[in-house]
Amino acid sequence: MTRLLRPLVAQIGAETYMTLRRGETLLLTVGIPVAFLVFFSTSHVISTGTQSSVAFFVPGILSLAVMSTSMVSLGIATGFERGYGVLKRLGSTPLGRTRLLGAKVSTVFLVEVVQAAVLVPVGYALGWDPIGSGASAGEALAAAVLATVAFGSLGLLMAGVLRAELNLAAANGLYLVLLLLGGMVVPLAKLPGGLAALARALPAAALSDAFHATLGNAGAVPLEAWVVLAAWAVAAAGAASLTFRWE
Amino acid sequence: MPSDGSDAAAPLSGAGAGAGAGTAGGTAATAGGTATGTRAAPAVACHGLVVRYGTRTAVDGITLAASAGEILCVLGPNGAGKTSTIECLEGYRRPSGGAVRVLGLDPVADHRALVPRIGVMLQRGGVYPMLGPRRALELFAAYYDHPEDPEALLELVRLREVAGTPWRHLSGGEQARLSLALALIGRPEVVFLDEPTAGVDPEGRLAVRDLVAGLREAGRCVVLTTHELTEAERLADRVAILHRGRVVAEGTPRALAAAGGGASVSFGAAPGLEVAALGTALGAPVAEEAPGRYRVAAAATPALTAALTAWLAERDLALTDLRAGRTLEETYLAIVGADAAAVPDDEPGDGPGNGRGRRRGRGPSARRGGGDPTRAGQRTSR
Repeated sequence: MTRLLRPLVAQIGAETYMTLRRGETLLLTVGIPVAFLVFFSTSHVISTGTQSSVAFFVPGILSLAVMSTSMVSLGIATGFERGYGVLKRLGSTPLGRTRLLGAKVSTVFLVEVVQAAVLVPVGYALGWDPIGSGASAGEALAAAVLATVAFGSLGLLMAGVLRAELNLAAANGLYLVLLLLGGMVVPLAKLPGGLAALARALPAAALSDAFHATLGNAGAVPLEAWVVLAAWAVAAAGAASLTFRWE
Repeated sequence: MPSDGSDAAAPLSGAGAGAGAGTAGGTAATAGGTATGTRAAPAVACHGLVVRYGTRTAVDGITLAASAGEILCVLGPNGAGKTSTIECLEGYRRPSGGAVRVLGLDPVADHRALVPRIGVMLQRGGVYPMLGPRRALELFAAYYDHPEDPEALLELVRLREVAGTPWRHLSGGEQARLSLALALIGRPEVVFLDEPTAGVDPEGRLAVRDLVAGLREAGRCVVLTTHELTEAERLADRVAILHRGRVVAEGTPRALAAAGGGASVSFGAAPGLEVAALGTALGAPVAEEAPGRYRVAAAATPALTAALTAWLAERDLALTDLRAGRTLEETYLAIVGADAAAVPDDEPGDGPGNGRGRRRGRGPSARRGGGDPTRAGQRTSR
């Protein structure tokens, strides 16, 4: 058993080390979410309607954090690893693809835990009160896992198909679009009707809907959000495994 | 892999101790032993290997074999099919035709069983840019059941001083040595090295050469591709020259060099000698193959060399170098040099396009001018 796990554990260690040592990754996964949370919660530049702004922005920014790590950070890093021939070289070691992918997924979850450990206390400091509004940590966790699979697969899909530099641009572009259309910093209700309908079919809005319901005070998670998240997770994972190239 | 324990220490202690210098002497004996096929099966074998990219045939029926304790050098211009061949052996590429076996296994179908037993050095990259040599070696060591000690390997490839420096900040030579160390970390029985010295400085080349020679002593099988003819000449037990996807020559470096030219003597002197008069004096035809570069079509007998130097002395002409027979390089260029420049350089991943092609393109005798006196001396003693 240890023989099977030792490569995995070493790979998780290396992936985590590299992820946490990349300045641009830390900026993307921790710096920007914290800055957004503090800025939008205190500045009132975006009206969140009847909700207190921090009750809207903590779930919204946690959604952003999940998307940043699983799609952008994972996708860009994997794209460059392919470009540098790292994936190809790993292909002729006993590590194997399953353990490589397992290490990448584990690293994403580890980073998400770090993000939550930073963002949640900041939220509390800003006056967030999830207990009083009947938050459901279990459902939030389930949504986070589904979204991580969906976003992670999207990141790997782009990393497998596009050249490293193009992948970098595409991942950042998609990040920006989903940030604006994802109900993360701009409530979906503020979007024009057609755009809001489109946004609701995307995984970003589905995740933020689920987080707003479970971590804010928006009531039960709409079935539609679960369906959208699950559909994206299955479709993107399938597409990524079909198109991914190791060279 | 019961033999791993005893094999493993050998390269660590054996390399570096002037192993490169001993290469030439051991060559003939090793090649003779393997040629008779005393071992049960070759470590590496391909039969009628064909690789096609769309309509283009990159590898057109190559048959090769190498045994444990043997260094096989695959030579050839860009686009000759070297990388395609080695990538089939490594399991990266599925052959379009023919059969490939490494340690008796199919590199693609038996990939999982094979990878713990082989070591691979890619032509470029292959290492996380953020990891330094120590972290990279420790990570790769964790993939294998009985790895080398990363610290000992760091010492062996002389990277201890830069052990913490990220890969992207290492020099080309340091990167090559780390790639080589990563190929060796799992105590592989077969090592594939694709252009291990491309872009490496002379000192780094020496280090790589010593390490590879040490692998032979440890009973490993090494398959390496190179553009560097001197590399092949000094290192290889056997050389296979690939051209347009076929093996056009194969044998020990000596045998290949001898086969290329028959009896001849080449020397360097001032350009424009009266070759007709010299030929009369020597009793053999003399040709100026390039300005200042001459070849006498006769064996290098003591009488001939005496007559040659006497003829030059009478005219107060200095001899810049003198060598008997042909070098591997001359043979190689005679085989592929004429149209090497015309070969499209479009094989995926083959050749960094670093100017060697230009040198080849200048024809068989162009390189001689700056002749290496050390090598010239070795040649004449043959």
